This record gives sequence, C-alpha cells and structure tokens, in this order.
Amino acid sequence: MSRYLLSIYQPDGPVPEPAVLNKIMADLDVLNQEMRDAGAWVFTGGLHPADTATVVRVKDGEVLTTDGPFAEAKEHVGGLWVIEAPDLDLALEWARKAAEATTLPIEVRPFAGYRE
Amino acid sequence: MVHISEIGEIFRQEYGRSVAVLVRVLGSIDAAEDAVQDAFAEAVARWPDAGLPPSPAGWIITTARNRAIDHLRREASGRDKIARSALLRSEDAALNEETVLIENTVEADAVEDNQLRLIFTCCHPALNRAAQVALTLKLLGGLTTAEIARAFLIPEPTMAQRLVRAKAKIRDARIPYRIPSGAELPARLSSVLAVAYLIFNEGYAASSGTGLVREDLCREAIRLGRLIVDLMPDEPEAKGLLALMLLLDARRRARTGPDGGLVLLADQDRSLWNSELIAEGQSLVRQCLKRNMPGPYQIQAAINAVHGDAATLEETDWRQVLALYEQLLAVEPTPVVALNRAIALAEVDGPAAGLAAVERLELGSYYLFHAVKAELLRRLGRTKEAAAAYLEARERTDNDAERSFLEARAKALTTTGSGPGGQSSADPPGP
Repeated sequence: MSRYLLSIYQPDGPVPEPAVLNKIMADLDVLNQEMRDAGAWVFTGGLHPADTATVVRVKDGEVLTTDGPFAEAKEHVGGLWVIEAPDLDLALEWARKAAEATTLPIEVRPFAGYRE
Repeated sequence: MVHISEIGEIFRQEYGRSVAVLVRVLGSIDAAEDAVQDAFAEAVARWPDAGLPPSPAGWIITTARNRAIDHLRREASGRDKIARSALLRSEDAALNEETVLIENTVEADAVEDNQLRLIFTCCHPALNRAAQVALTLKLLGGLTTAEIARAFLIPEPTMAQRLVRAKAKIRDARIPYRIPSGAELPARLSSVLAVAYLIFNEGYAASSGTGLVREDLCREAIRLGRLIVDLMPDEPEAKGLLALMLLLDARRRARTGPDGGLVLLADQDRSLWNSELIAEGQSLVRQCLKRNMPGPYQIQAAINAVHGDAATLEETDWRQVLALYEQLLAVEPTPVVALNRAIALAEVDGPAAGLAAVERLELGSYYLFHAVKAELLRRLGRTKEAAAAYLEARERTDNDAERSFLEARAKALTTTGSGPGGQSSADPPGP
C-alpha cells in the first residue's frame, strides 16, 4: 500500500449557498463512509479559509511571523484526505469521487517513505 | 561473424520487449534498463566471436535477468538482507538459463502482456504528453536520450531531465504496471494512440526546423503502431491509426522536392508513392470497414486510402472524400477537420463554395487556414488577396521548408499575376 494526500483546491471567497453546501456535505459523508468500508481512509479534515493562516519562518535564529497563507493565489487548500491505495490508479479513482463530491479540483500526491 | 551493426539492429528490435519483461521481474524501470544495457554490453563482447545465440531475444532477457539478480545479491550482502532474501528466493527458481529460455519461448503471451503493460505505463494520463512521448521512445523504441533530444530539437540535458522526472513519478506515485480493464481501456488506448500519432506527425510535418520530414520518427511511430496492432488486434482504431500512418508515409518521397521544399498533394509525382505501403494501408482500411466501428483514425485512413486509389489528381473521388470528411466532422467537430472538409467541398462544388466554408471558420492563428484561403482565392482569380493570404500563412509557421514554399507561392502571384499549377490546396493535416 502507498499513502496519498488528496488536497481540495478551493477558490477564495464566499462559501456556496446552503442548498449547494448541504448537498456537498451529504455527498462527502457518503464518500468518507465508502473510503472507510474499503479500508482506504486514514484521515480527513476541512480547513478554515486561507486568510486564517499564519506563516512562521526562522532566519538566523529570528522568528518571523506573517499573516496569511504562504502562497499568493486565488485558490488554496480547503481540506484534505490521507488515503491508502495499492497504486496511483486506485488513488486517482478516489480523487475522481472526491472531485465529484466537492465539485472542486483534487490534487493527488504520494507520501514519501511510506510503503508496505 | 556477427557484425556490431547487427547487434545494434537487435538492440532496437528487442530493447522494448526486454525492458518490458525485466520491469515485471524487477519492479523498477531504472533497474530493468540497467540490466538490459548490461546484457547488450555482454552481447557486444561475446557475439562477434561466438556467433548469434539461437534466440538472441531470449538470451538478452535471460542475461539481463541474471545480471540484475547478481546485482541484487551484491546489495543483499550489504544491508537489509532479510528483505532481499525473499525476492531472491523467488528468483532462484528461474535462474537456470535453459529453463528461462524455454519459459521465454513458451510464454510468448506473457511477454506480450508485459509489452502492453509498459505501453500503458508510458502513456499513463498522470504523465504529461511530452513525458509520455519521451518515455515511449526511450523504453519501447530503444532510442537513446540523445536521439530523442535531437528528434525534438531540444538540448539533451533537458530531455534527460524529462525522462528522469517521468520515471521518478512512476516510481514514487506508484503508477501501476498493468493493462487497463474494460471500462477504462478506451480512454487509455486513445492516449496510447495519440502518443504514436504525435510521434508520427512530429516526424512527418516537423513543426519547426530545417528538414520537413524526420524519417526516424515516422519509422518509430509506425513500428509502435504495428506493435499496438499486434498486441491488440481487436481494436479497430489501432488498426486505423496504423493504416493512416502507412498511407501518409507512402507519400513521403513525393512530399519534398529536390530542393527539400514542400510539394502539395495536388502537385506530387504519384509515381514516387510507395505502392506497397498504400496496399498495406488500404488492406487495413478494408479490415476496419468490415468491423464497422468507425473512429477518427479509421476515417482519416479511409480518406487517405481514397487518395491512394487515384493515379492522377483528376481521378480522385472527391465526393467520397467529402462524404468521409463529413463523417469525420460528426465524430470530431474541430475547426481543422472543418477546414479539410472545405477543401474537399471546393473540389466537388467549386472554389467559391469552398472559400465560403473556409471563411466561416475561426482559425486565424492556424497557417493552413490562410494557405487554403490563399489557394481558393487564387483559383477564383483574386490574385492580390491570394498573395496576401500566402504571406499571412508564412507568418504562422516555423518550419523553414513550409515558409519558403508559402513565400514562393506569394511571389509567383505578385510577379506573373497567376500562380503555379495545382488545383488542390493542401496535404490533409492531422486532426
């Protein structure tokens, strides 16, 4: 098994209408249950908007703290899964389901040093 | 005596097959490539004196496998012995050379499955098109990194980087080494065919550079096309693509003049066409027609089969060509297909009808749009507009042969008032 990070890329700005959001949340519940039943689920979580982020750097022993996300972009990671899958094809299949449920693009990235 | 060049030829033919088997055994593309290269190095040292073994391919695979196992053994004597020993035990059973040779002959099907696995891994949608093309030429075609870099006119370190990155992604993201199942096969196959056709087109109508045709790429693409047809004989689009490439390649010698310049389909000396390739392509098209599962490659092949039937331009069955372009437009409604349909329409209903169809298209950035327009304007006697359109076309291609061709056409119109002969405007471009 390999481990993959599935990141949801969410446009900054207002959240969708309640009706839309409720449908997404219901679809996500179904998907998470499906992942658990398949033994693929490791972790999932949604994030507060990117403007709640703080970046910390250390340079020459000095701590520099900045308000806001690291990357200037119109989209940021809005939530994530960690899943286990035997190969990329199966990870991409979960990503397809995640993209359908969230209606957003999903980035799939393999974890390093995890393989059993 | 076995000549080194003969070994080189075997390398080209057997590299992909050997790598395909070794990836399956070793689970790593890099290790497979190293092992196969080691085996060929040994072949170069031995065969000139000892002569060719009965099955050179089997010898290469067996030797490569043994070298790889030796290598693993040496590593195993170092760290993580236990982890390695499991792998080695399973390999030990296969160590006997004769056994493996027999196995390789008997299990021809397994070799084919491995080749298919390798094709689908190289053309996996998680890799970008440039990476797919580079990997396919390297692993299946046995081309060196330097050769691929030269073919695509990019610096060798850039191509090496591209290959390293692609192989690392296959390893780290665990792109599987497997033949896609029924439901996913159509999309995955179309990616494989697109890679083969892209290699062909890059060779046939090089988008930049001095030579109009790069024969090595055409040859590789056709070899790949044959392999895909052999491995998947029931896929009509694979056959269609092979037929299309053969029929286009048949016209290669007629497509450039003595000065290296472009010669249009209409102006080509048809006695230079390769009748063997045309016959093979047409026979494949007939097989496709029997299956009656048309797709874009098969239809394009059929169009070129019609051209191949005409001993002279006048004998071309343009109504048939037009009907096929209309069929193609239905399955692939792109402006480029519509442009080709307009060319056929001009032959059936006259240049005015063709021009009207061309002018409805939004293809201003495509050089052939202007070239076709220019040709139709010329035929309608609108010389000035035609010359301007030829120059518009020239501004939009980087291929030197095409640029000088278009410039010559424009110049002929402005100096004599009428252009060179020829009635049809363009060689059908790709989709």
